[in-house]
Amino acid sequence: MKAIHILGKVAARAAAAALVAFAPAALEAQVAVRGETVYTMAGAPIQDGVVLIGRNGKIERVGRASEVRIPDGYRVFTGKVVTPGLIDAHSVVGLAGYLNQEHDQDQLERSNAIQPELRAIDAYNARERLVEWLREHGVTTIHTGHGPGAVMSGQTMIAKTRGNTVDEAVVKPVAMVAMTIGPEVARNFNNRPGTTPKAIAMMRAEFLKAQDYMRRQQQARDGNGPSRDLKLEVLAQVLRGEIPALITAQRAQDILAALRLQREFGFKLILDGAAESYDLINEIKAAGVPVIIHPTMARHSGTLENASMETIRRLRDAGIQVALQSGYEGYVPKTRVVLFEAAMAAAYGMPFEQALATITIDAARILGIDDRVGSLERGKDGDVVVFDGDPFEHTSHVCTVIIEGQVVSETCR
Amino acid sequence: MRRTVALLSIALALAAIPAAAQERPVAFTGARLLPITSPPIENGVLVVQGGKIVAVGPAGSVRIPNDAEVHDVSGRVIMPGLVDTHSHIAGASGGDRSAPMHPDVRVLDALNPLDTGIQKAQAGGITTANIMPGSGLLMSGQTAYVKLRDGRTIYDLLYCKDVLTEVCGGMKMANGTNPIGSSPSPGTRAKSAAIVRNKFVQAQEYREKIRRANGDPSKMPARDLEMEALVEVLEGKRVVHFHTHRHDDILTAIRLQKEFGFRLVLQHVSEAHRVANEIAAAGVPASIIVLDAPGGKLEAMDISNANGAALEKAGALVGFHTDDGITDSRFFLRSAAIAVRYGMSREAALYAMTMAGARMLDLEDRIGSLERGKDADFIVLSGDPLSTYTRVLQTWVEGVKVFDLNDPRDYLYAVGGRGAGVVAAFHHEGMEGH
Repeated sequence: MKAIHILGKVAARAAAAALVAFAPAALEAQVAVRGETVYTMAGAPIQDGVVLIGRNGKIERVGRASEVRIPDGYRVFTGKVVTPGLIDAHSVVGLAGYLNQEHDQDQLERSNAIQPELRAIDAYNARERLVEWLREHGVTTIHTGHGPGAVMSGQTMIAKTRGNTVDEAVVKPVAMVAMTIGPEVARNFNNRPGTTPKAIAMMRAEFLKAQDYMRRQQQARDGNGPSRDLKLEVLAQVLRGEIPALITAQRAQDILAALRLQREFGFKLILDGAAESYDLINEIKAAGVPVIIHPTMARHSGTLENASMETIRRLRDAGIQVALQSGYEGYVPKTRVVLFEAAMAAAYGMPFEQALATITIDAARILGIDDRVGSLERGKDGDVVVFDGDPFEHTSHVCTVIIEGQVVSETCR
Repeated sequence: MRRTVALLSIALALAAIPAAAQERPVAFTGARLLPITSPPIENGVLVVQGGKIVAVGPAGSVRIPNDAEVHDVSGRVIMPGLVDTHSHIAGASGGDRSAPMHPDVRVLDALNPLDTGIQKAQAGGITTANIMPGSGLLMSGQTAYVKLRDGRTIYDLLYCKDVLTEVCGGMKMANGTNPIGSSPSPGTRAKSAAIVRNKFVQAQEYREKIRRANGDPSKMPARDLEMEALVEVLEGKRVVHFHTHRHDDILTAIRLQKEFGFRLVLQHVSEAHRVANEIAAAGVPASIIVLDAPGGKLEAMDISNANGAALEKAGALVGFHTDDGITDSRFFLRSAAIAVRYGMSREAALYAMTMAGARMLDLEDRIGSLERGKDADFIVLSGDPLSTYTRVLQTWVEGVKVFDLNDPRDYLYAVGGRGAGVVAAFHHEGMEGH
């Protein structure tokens, strides 16, 4: 009998909250997961496979059930399909809340179009309902933070979808600096800047200031360096390649502008959205830039009016590193779920394992966290999802979600 | 004068009837047929002619006419065209902020049949849609029941033949927070209900004056476009499609329906899971939307994808809608699959995508199932309708293929890409120097 989750059931929600709240106790348990098919995302899928997670929350062993004995005392979960915990390569949840009221929308600060110094950790709400929603649907890692819509909106972070505080959740407190090239910036900032060329001139000026700041720091002797500037400190880290720039650009001309900036200043660029990237495959490939593609089901309007459900497949076929995202939603639904977005990428012709990779190992690589998550391999985090059927079938359910050995969801949804 | 206009519009409508109505029969063989009102047929035969279904049944039991054009669709699945009970495609708009209720305003005066939203809906397998004005007013206007033929003018798409003498759709109403605002909009829920009640009381009196006139033109009340439309509502000729989210707002809509006796279809019903028994007991149909996550607006924060299951269990008539642009028409079939994920039966979900919608629009005699005599509106699918991997391969309306995934232009609308955009959107790039 499938357990059906009714969203409005207070009891179910309280139970879920309790599971997370009492996490430390659960850490004691050792967990084994056995699946008819285990997609490790590190080599071919294993038929009748087993994943063992140790006391430290790390994966101890992965292999065929005939070869890996489940030790006594391990809590065992079984299901049809087992995958690594899913990764949402770009979201705003935790800063953006599901009520969509002023007090729970922290993804975009509108006082100034350039504020790279804003930290995601200062606004992330680990108990946000949308974080819980993603977790229930198998998403265990999110790259979230300041959203698109400003010339430079602020920093992003990487978190596990668990914990009651940002400190319990965080994997990487500063992941990228979020920037946007496109007409939405003028709308968000009352025409300051009023056009895209003006916004790009402002970005260039800001990077020049950061270069100067770095020069003055290098030339400083005996403490006579420049006084600290939080904004320029972050941009200097971007220029030194320590933090990538995540540039949201949907239209072809805006994507080209992002590549042009990257060439001028030499920072590490990750393209975001990139609806019309199918027209710039050679340019993107030549630049060696990874792309976090807009959700497959993103509304095809505004700057996404020419978006295509096949973009991700076409880019990947061309050898460009790609991942999927839930993106930013301003209204209903308040977030998307990468599981469903990858499913639609598969429905529109992407081979199953490639589509699964866009929300597991390929996403981990682009985010620079593939040493910890994205595949089921010895030594990596014990983040595992168990499905009762093909993960991409809408009629299948996510039945068990495990983060670092801790069972965070046990109801089929 | 009026008569001339009416004749003209009939002439236009006639001219527009798609060259469709093919004379030569067309037969589809080898597919799994999902007639909806009867059990699935393996290796079925569907024969259409003159825009209608002339035969449907298992191979061997259906005679294929000698002159039929035969399409071998072995391995495919054929089901009725999908019915979207609530859409905003083709540039829908309705009343403005000058008043809270606009029963006289017609969405059909705004629709652009060349909008790519029509092509995209065809690509999603939708053959009939209830295109409605928005939910920002208590009554934003008259909706339009459209058949998604390939059309040049709005007359090519409408179900009604004469917009001047026939009822061409329903009436859009809304409660909850959307229609609340500054004057002349109501400020509270109770005021919202009072404004609606006052308007319906006026319409009752108007109808009474017409009754008393008993056909005597000298005693008839002066023509009033608002009152005329509301009399159609009171007489059950025009169905009210009521946008409502919260459980208490759902019950308010039902209360108004009981008081004035109009025919009601509940739309969205985000908290249907809380009042499913009350909805079923009232005998009111409910059209639901399926979303990937809750939230986005306060009154929809407790929306549940288990609404379909709850309403089915309670015994209510359930349909689905896209609310396009809230969800994209091309993904409409997901609604059924996700409702099933959350506990609805497969049979009820497929019925909800087709026949239930037809019943909600008073079109069950023409569409919603594969039955002899019904319009030849159907879709050819690559596989099971509930599978993520299934694609709509062809969409047929009244025996005419309006969508074919093999056609490059149709493919563009189905998948997206350069040129698939809505009617060229205006991008604000600032006006400095102008």
